[in-house]
Amino acid sequence: MAQAPPVRSASIPAQIPLRDILPWAVFALVIGMLLIYFVGAEQGATSLFGGNIIHEFTHDGRHLLGFPCH
Amino acid sequence: MRQLLIRGMLVGLASAVPAYICAWFLGEGPLEAAIAFEEQRSLAEGVHEHGAEVVSRLIQQTSGLAIALAAVGVAVGGLFAIAFALAHHRIGRLTARATSVVVAAAGFVVITLVPFLKYPPNPPAVGDPGTIQQRSLLYFLTIVIGIFAAITAAQTSRRLAPGHGEWNASLLGCGVFVAVVAITYVVLPGGTVTAPGFPPDVLWDFRIASLATQAVMWVTLGIGFGALTERAATGTRRERTPKAQPSDV
Repeated sequence: MAQAPPVRSASIPAQIPLRDILPWAVFALVIGMLLIYFVGAEQGATSLFGGNIIHEFTHDGRHLLGFPCH
Repeated sequence: MRQLLIRGMLVGLASAVPAYICAWFLGEGPLEAAIAFEEQRSLAEGVHEHGAEVVSRLIQQTSGLAIALAAVGVAVGGLFAIAFALAHHRIGRLTARATSVVVAAAGFVVITLVPFLKYPPNPPAVGDPGTIQQRSLLYFLTIVIGIFAAITAAQTSRRLAPGHGEWNASLLGCGVFVAVVAITYVVLPGGTVTAPGFPPDVLWDFRIASLATQAVMWVTLGIGFGALTERAATGTRRERTPKAQPSDV
């Protein structure tokens, strides 16, 4: 999305180009989804590992963060 | 950009501290009451739902809750930093501090409030374990639709800004967002499940606690990330001429 840089206030540099953001976005997305998956869904809706240790360990957080828990 | 991402993850981690305090004082009471109800019901029905306790309540309330909040804090903080990088100077002429607060407010609405109003969080004993997969799918689907609605709204208002002015364009963007969410609410199946006899005040208190815990995380992110970014920008670059140093905010 090429476009003219907007008027800048004195202390702040211009827009961060999308191509600079992309690799970091992928990284943050992978790490973020993984963490959210284990807190929010593992051994609840889906299960990679057997048992319910993760479900029980994150139980209170899972409920209070709004994920459907059980 | 690397600095922004690290900053986001660290502020996200820090946001788990006030969230834990909030969850502890507001959330644990209703959680305990709900678990007590669940046990009463199991006894009455003569079935044992949970079996042996794998993780003690004390662990669940302390390290379990803390680590869950910290993990989600880091994850949300990192994604928040990406959203900030995309929004900065693209959603109008706002300072870093103001952009950070706007992005956090949008994050609260999209990630927390939109699913909350359609599929409100439930304490133990309220959800039907048989529908957990369907409920999870609908919950995450609502968040994904909300994210796309927000991106569409932001792009709409950006396109309209030159002709209509930034304020009117923002209002129209919000209108687009509300319209998409409203249609989503109507189309998706309802999700409210309540266990017969479950005390309504416990349900209410639990949901308010859940909303407050998440709100506290977003407020911490929005204000903390903005303050640190503003300081980094003004502190190191005030003397220099504001040459574009895009990858280096």
